[in-house]
Amino acid sequence: MARFTIRRLIELVLVFFGVTFAIYAAVFALPGDPISSLGGDQPLSPAVVERIRNLYHLNDPLWSQYLRYLGHLLTGDLGVDFRGRSVAERLASRWPVTIRLALTAWVIQVVIGVGLGLVAGLRKNTWIDRGVLILTILIASVPIFVMAVTAQLVFGVKLSLLPIAGVSDGWPTSYLLPATVLAIYGLAAVARLTRGSVVDTMSSDFVRALWAKGLSRRRVIGVHVLRNSAIPVLTYLAIDLGALLGGAVVTEGIFNLPGVGQLLFESIRVHEGPTVVGIATALIMIFLLTSLVVDLLNSLLDPRIRHD
Amino acid sequence: MTDVLRFEELTVDFTVGGTTQRAVDGVSFGVRPGEVLAVVGESGSGKSVTALAALGLLPSNARAGGRISFGGADVLAMSRAELTALRGRRIAMIFQDPSGALDPVFTIGAQLVEMIRTHQPSLSRSAARERAIELLRMVEIPGNRLKYYPHQLSGGQCQRVMIAIALACDPELLIADEPTTALDVTVQQEVLDVLLAMRSKISGAIMIITHDMGVVADVADRVVVMRKGSVVETAEVHELFDHPTQEYTRTLLDAVPRGGARESDPVADQEVPALRIDELVVEYRGRRGRTVRAVEEVSLGLNPGEIVGLVGESGSGKSTIGKAVLGLAPITSGEVHVAGQALTSASASDLRKTRARIGVVFQNPAGSLNPRGTIGQSVGEPLAVHRGVRGAELRRRVEELLDSVELPGAWAGRYPHELSGGQRQRVSIARAISLDPGLLIADEPTSALDVSVQATVLELLRSLQDRLHFACLFISHDLAVVDQVCDRVAVMSQGRLVEQGDRESVLRDPQDPYTVRLLEAAPVPDPREQSRRRGLRLAG
Repeated sequence: MARFTIRRLIELVLVFFGVTFAIYAAVFALPGDPISSLGGDQPLSPAVVERIRNLYHLNDPLWSQYLRYLGHLLTGDLGVDFRGRSVAERLASRWPVTIRLALTAWVIQVVIGVGLGLVAGLRKNTWIDRGVLILTILIASVPIFVMAVTAQLVFGVKLSLLPIAGVSDGWPTSYLLPATVLAIYGLAAVARLTRGSVVDTMSSDFVRALWAKGLSRRRVIGVHVLRNSAIPVLTYLAIDLGALLGGAVVTEGIFNLPGVGQLLFESIRVHEGPTVVGIATALIMIFLLTSLVVDLLNSLLDPRIRHD
Repeated sequence: MTDVLRFEELTVDFTVGGTTQRAVDGVSFGVRPGEVLAVVGESGSGKSVTALAALGLLPSNARAGGRISFGGADVLAMSRAELTALRGRRIAMIFQDPSGALDPVFTIGAQLVEMIRTHQPSLSRSAARERAIELLRMVEIPGNRLKYYPHQLSGGQCQRVMIAIALACDPELLIADEPTTALDVTVQQEVLDVLLAMRSKISGAIMIITHDMGVVADVADRVVVMRKGSVVETAEVHELFDHPTQEYTRTLLDAVPRGGARESDPVADQEVPALRIDELVVEYRGRRGRTVRAVEEVSLGLNPGEIVGLVGESGSGKSTIGKAVLGLAPITSGEVHVAGQALTSASASDLRKTRARIGVVFQNPAGSLNPRGTIGQSVGEPLAVHRGVRGAELRRRVEELLDSVELPGAWAGRYPHELSGGQRQRVSIARAISLDPGLLIADEPTSALDVSVQATVLELLRSLQDRLHFACLFISHDLAVVDQVCDRVAVMSQGRLVEQGDRESVLRDPQDPYTVRLLEAAPVPDPREQSRRRGLRLAG
């Protein structure tokens, strides 16, 4: 187990360096000059541009810029953006919004997705099973902005049940609508995966042997089938949480939620390199950590992985 | 005395894709108190379905008719709650694949305790644990194995755990569905011994379902022979083996390989052996840098036109030798010569030519034929690749090959799933001989087949060998089969060759203790011989 964890940690470090460098290089290779766009309509004098470039070490070769950035990063410093604001601080004010949104969406996915999948799997090939399949595919095939705007129109404007945009009403009121819209897209996958996993487990030899032992339906399904079916589903759900934390750009935009996704979008638009790299790095860390947690969780659930 | 369990005109229909098929058609027989009743039949005879029906465990697309009486009630009419009360408590069941029959994510202790506490809820956790340890000891597994997970135990141990679980509540009837089919012969013997020892400790009867006449002869008091969903014959075991009244029973008994059928004509030592293996070592890189030696310094030779049986249990390294010859396993040291060509020093093009001289037949024909290609494509592919045969000429050759394995040439356009297991294995053989090989490697070619089908495939293989004179390395776990087809026999155990020689001397007068044990463990279809052996073993 310890060996397993260490191996995964080493892999994590290697992926970290590789991916941060790739993003760093990509952002700085973007066309356009961020410094000259700082001045807006009034062109900056060449002397000022040169001073700012030196201030940000923009004249150094790429690798030395990257190494300097990495050095700061290891001390927890994400640097400052081109207007002198701390990237870490800007991110810190955004994270609570994104985390609330992602977790709310994730919980909706888990409860509804796993629930639907379980019901469909246990009622295999009935109209309930087919209904769940059709429903989840149908809603997943509506584009997210259509879904979002429709939800705003129906629940916000017509029914006045929930706020249309912004976070002024706090959690949960302000988050319910965007989180539901966001959750709907993972729902089909979670439900199908759960269904398949339950169907496989139910038809396995050991479940037949459990019936033969004379166990109650509640015990066979509630204990044995659930735990065995959970293994592949949990993997997906944990990776999905990582994706939700970083992938809500459109939803945050439509519902005007001041989260990380919105900040990322704005930063890319104005060539705000330090902020983009900072956010990307943070997202990568989240992704790597969730996949590490998934592996550890799996090995806890499945003794065959644990003893490998 | 009244029967413990009685099937009365049982019918079971399966509905698949709108069509209904009858799997069990009016089966009637009873299990008497305290007896061991064997239900034998080939695949598709309905024997397992009959057993599942007794516990109400039929799949949801099955419909049962007739009556199954147990303790005055009809199992088929029971509610779900009544069935739950019946299962495990009064009728227990064990299944074929022991490693698949235990929940992989719980310890065997948890699964034993679960069984005990389900049926005796008043028992405390610690008392149930004590009982679990006692049950494990009964099936000769140390009590400290409670914390083990199924994957940490061998197949034989898993099956003994299943027996312990099944006997936890002292059931009136134990149904064992092919309980030893997935196990090696020596392990099979241990499990059957444990099962029979239980007989004296429990009051109930045992109904054992098997396709193996040797197992029947070993354990049964009475036998029910089934075929295509019906009972063919029911008889006391000695009666059945001595005076089978039905034609089908006789066919079944005759199909059991008994050996000695092949006339061994001594092959003169020729200059170039078809296969020579010198001190072959095969090592695999295991986990954490450990190496696993699958084959240890094995030397073996095959003369042209000779069939050599390579015998051993699972994990003995017998298949690995076949793979090394085919280039599918690494040759760590030693040398393999095929028709005089050394494999380790051969150039890539020499290797290609050499491999074209080797034919191969694998165990599972369903897995070794491309399911998306026609059988004609599978058979013709070696000819197209190595000889560049095309078009009408290829079609003619494919038809000839199919004809030589007694399949209609017109079947070339069929797909593997349209064929039975035995027919598929014939296709594999046709493909293996398509390049007129000097050496054929047959890795358990008949162990996935029913005995009557096995008999015909073995016969085919032998007649082809008589005609084409290829040398054959016949890898098998089944001594009787080897006895029937081979000139010489080599016995492997744990990667080593423990004994080799001509068939008569190895199988009739074995020198190595392992060979002796293997021969004694393999059940023969003769109840008197089996009870003599069992008596000796239990006394010793």
